Amino acid sequence: MRTAVIKFPGTTCELDVVKALKQVGAEAEVVKFNSLDPDRYDGVVIPGGFSFGDYLRAGAIAANSEAMKGIREMADQGKLVLGICNGFQILVESGLLKGALLPNLNLRFITKWVRIRVRRKDTPFTKDSKDVLFMPIAHAEGRYYLDDEELASRLSVFQYVDERGIPSPQANPNGSILNIAGVTNEAGNVLGLMPHPERASFPSISPDGSRDGLEILRVFGK
Amino acid sequence: MMYKVELIILNKDGVRDPEGETLKRYVIDSTMPGKVADVRVGKIVVVTMEASSREEAEDLTRRLAESKRLYNPIVHKIVVRAERVEDGSN
Repeated sequence: MRTAVIKFPGTTCELDVVKALKQVGAEAEVVKFNSLDPDRYDGVVIPGGFSFGDYLRAGAIAANSEAMKGIREMADQGKLVLGICNGFQILVESGLLKGALLPNLNLRFITKWVRIRVRRKDTPFTKDSKDVLFMPIAHAEGRYYLDDEELASRLSVFQYVDERGIPSPQANPNGSILNIAGVTNEAGNVLGLMPHPERASFPSISPDGSRDGLEILRVFGK
Repeated sequence: MMYKVELIILNKDGVRDPEGETLKRYVIDSTMPGKVADVRVGKIVVVTMEASSREEAEDLTRRLAESKRLYNPIVHKIVVRAERVEDGSN
């Protein structure tokens, strides 16, 4: 799949994402935020980093940019849109995904490997995925919030879980409601998550040699 | 006429504010035990603009905040208040 990996000023993970996407056979390239032609691509990934310095709120300034008009167009056409970490923050700030990502409850930048349970397999990203994935998080603003808990539960695709696979309070790194680590839109073609699949795509940099990130990225290789 | 408009952004009442909670628990409560009921920490954006009245300055700032999402209506509430300044350098 022809996939655009968007680079805003301050985006840092674009090359890792391209490298991981190539592992699954995707035709991926970095596209600068002000030169996206949505008609040229079938999918788009908004990678992690600190777009526009995280000024105002993480993702808020990128959400106002021209690129998001093109990405909204792609989403409306049913094309695949994936936001990772800061990309997830941009998707909620732009309204493509419901909810908000608030500063972590302990107000610290948290970086660690976590387990997430795949709660929904009816999205193109998770259709053939394993049940529990091992991936790293690295963020300061990842506390997912939505005032309607029932809706949040329905939209949530990933949940932080402990080693037994249970979404316990201890497994919740940032205070997200319902331990939510990622959500989708109503149609299922837009997905955002705080963990970094591209950092869990190479055995040499995983603590246990796993490559669980590819479970989510694989769809771009089709 | 120049107006200085303060746009104050705070977490809504139902949304936890860890910065305010920490400030209350570790700084304020030890100084004034039992006196302070709640502390909220927010962000302030100060806009100096030309407008014909205080109401217009506040209205323009409120609209700016809404259309450009200077605050996030899901989790934040805003307070907008303007005061006239002589030359904008105030």
